[in-house]
Amino acid sequence: MTTIDYSSPIGKVLRKCPTGIQGLDEVTFGGLPLGRTALVCGAAGCGKTLLAMQFLVNGAMLYDEPGVFMSFEENETELAENFASLGVDLNALVLQKKISLDYVHLDKSEIAETGEYDLDGLFIRLDYAISSTGAKRVVLDTIEALFAGLSNVLILRAELRRLFRWLKDRGVTTIVTGEQGSGTLTRHGIEEYVSDCVILLDHKVVDQISTRRLRIAKYRGSAHGTNEYPFLIDEQGICIMPITSVGLNASTSTARISSGVGRLDTMLGGQGFYVGSSILISGTAGTGKTSLAASTVDAACRRGERCLYFAFEESRSQIVRNMKSIGIDLEQWISQGILQFHASRPTLFGLEMHLVSMYKKVNEFKSQIVVLDPISNLTASGNFADVKLMITRMLDFLKNQNITLLLLDLSSVNSIEQTGIGISSLTDTWITLRDIELNGERNRGLYLLKSRGMAHSNQIREFVLTDHGIELLDVYTGPEGILTGSARYAQVEKEKTQRLVRQQEIERKRREIDRKRQQMEATIAKLKVAFEAEKDELEKTIIQEEAQVRIQDNNREQLAIMRKADDMEQPYSWDGK
Amino acid sequence: MNENREHSSEEVKEDEVWLLRLYIAGQTPKSVKAIANLHAICETHLAGKYEIEIIDLMKNPQMGRNDQILAIPTLIRKLPPPLVKIIGDLSHTERVLVGLSIDHK
Repeated sequence: MTTIDYSSPIGKVLRKCPTGIQGLDEVTFGGLPLGRTALVCGAAGCGKTLLAMQFLVNGAMLYDEPGVFMSFEENETELAENFASLGVDLNALVLQKKISLDYVHLDKSEIAETGEYDLDGLFIRLDYAISSTGAKRVVLDTIEALFAGLSNVLILRAELRRLFRWLKDRGVTTIVTGEQGSGTLTRHGIEEYVSDCVILLDHKVVDQISTRRLRIAKYRGSAHGTNEYPFLIDEQGICIMPITSVGLNASTSTARISSGVGRLDTMLGGQGFYVGSSILISGTAGTGKTSLAASTVDAACRRGERCLYFAFEESRSQIVRNMKSIGIDLEQWISQGILQFHASRPTLFGLEMHLVSMYKKVNEFKSQIVVLDPISNLTASGNFADVKLMITRMLDFLKNQNITLLLLDLSSVNSIEQTGIGISSLTDTWITLRDIELNGERNRGLYLLKSRGMAHSNQIREFVLTDHGIELLDVYTGPEGILTGSARYAQVEKEKTQRLVRQQEIERKRREIDRKRQQMEATIAKLKVAFEAEKDELEKTIIQEEAQVRIQDNNREQLAIMRKADDMEQPYSWDGK
Repeated sequence: MNENREHSSEEVKEDEVWLLRLYIAGQTPKSVKAIANLHAICETHLAGKYEIEIIDLMKNPQMGRNDQILAIPTLIRKLPPPLVKIIGDLSHTERVLVGLSIDHK
């Protein structure tokens, strides 16, 4: 179940007894000191008995180590009821001899003290319980009740010292609980007898919100986490989140996932987000942050990935209904069990508790995508620094698990490029949704401010919610500036008209050319006709002239004949031949 | 009410039986002392009408649970009711008598 790291630079190290309590074994690097006594102390109602009970139950059920629960405060019936709240049937465990219960009743009014005594009776009872079950674990809850029942403190202190020595000698791992005193760890100072391990539980209330914390105040012979770790008590008992500061050594993935919006993927280097990256979606109210996150979730569920949606503002059904209006059906994924919603007001409990409960749910659900909607609301249960710290821890935790995280942040109008809690530098991708106000209307613009490790677009896109999801449109950029919405539409129309007019102009000019050509051709034809006419005339005169020439020649011959001129065969020639 | 009881107990004092149980754990000096002290007190103040049962938890460890025994030695007045517990070696006779409500004037 739990891996125990025995490795240490020094040869033989303290052996440990795993508690099986989520997170506690990590914080203590393996569990409680084996065969020794640990003191769990804290104020009333901070979970001491529960921790001790879980230690025993886990021992009996997970590690096959029977245990003895010696209670000085609650009787067997009450204890069985308490265990039942953890889903454990105590009576069955008792019947199987895995747990032995012993209720020590002590009432000062029934007891008179005369002379010397010791607590052998207690030792014998404990010894009998241990040997009859073969117990390896013992809980004494809370031994300080002895101080209320017996008045001889000197005897009592000596006997307690003997008891802890004796328990150590028996080799059982023991938890003793103690109520916190003023200025001391426990009311009667029993911490001075328990020197091996001291665990402090605390229940702080800050601004009316309570947070449970656990701290290892002392762990002799072992390294341990020294911070105050927040913890959660729920139906499975105690859960501690040991992630105050994890090293920045998460392995990174080069795999990519779609954002669910085609054009956004294109903007993100063509492939979408990196798996395991953290994505910040910020924007003013009503800019569509939830819709964008829902698209991504929808796309992930479509791929069969498991998603967890932590909503701090809207209820599950409200988100589902609203997303349906833009054509995203989240209900189907919920019923298939791959999408889980957890809606709670941030003020339900402190930040730490939110963190622990998220940690727990992420672990249980094994989700691949986590959405926090919105983180800015968390400041309702903590100040900015606390929220930032919490988000950092959540981020580190998810990064280590290679889980993609979507953070939604409501930014204020006057500081849009600045998240309320200053975490933008921690995230890998930052998308801002912004209202672009123009001509008396608001339209949504999507800006990709940064996206580590990919060549991303620097273009502003208009973000339009349609009844079939999100669409990104190019914004109009032209001589008249950036236009969106109906202004963009109007501008596009205007340009269309302008183009039409120009087209017509061109057509007109083309026709003009045609006409000119026709004109020209007509003129040519006319000239041709005139030319032909003149030509005919001239040719006619030429023929006439020629005819006249011929007639003249004929006439000459005739004359010659008549004159009985020389050989007719020899034409007249001027050279006398 | 209380007065009445006192009266009636005084009336039936003759046939009253005192059942006393002493828990010890082995023959420790404290146990031995307690046994001796108990016998002495009973002989002096309850002669003839008492019964003493001595239980050694070393021999019967499971017995301690029913009577909620923590301290050793513990004396329990089983009868007459109500049940009374006295812890210690019973060396302070006066306190034992007050604890057991034995009329010792």
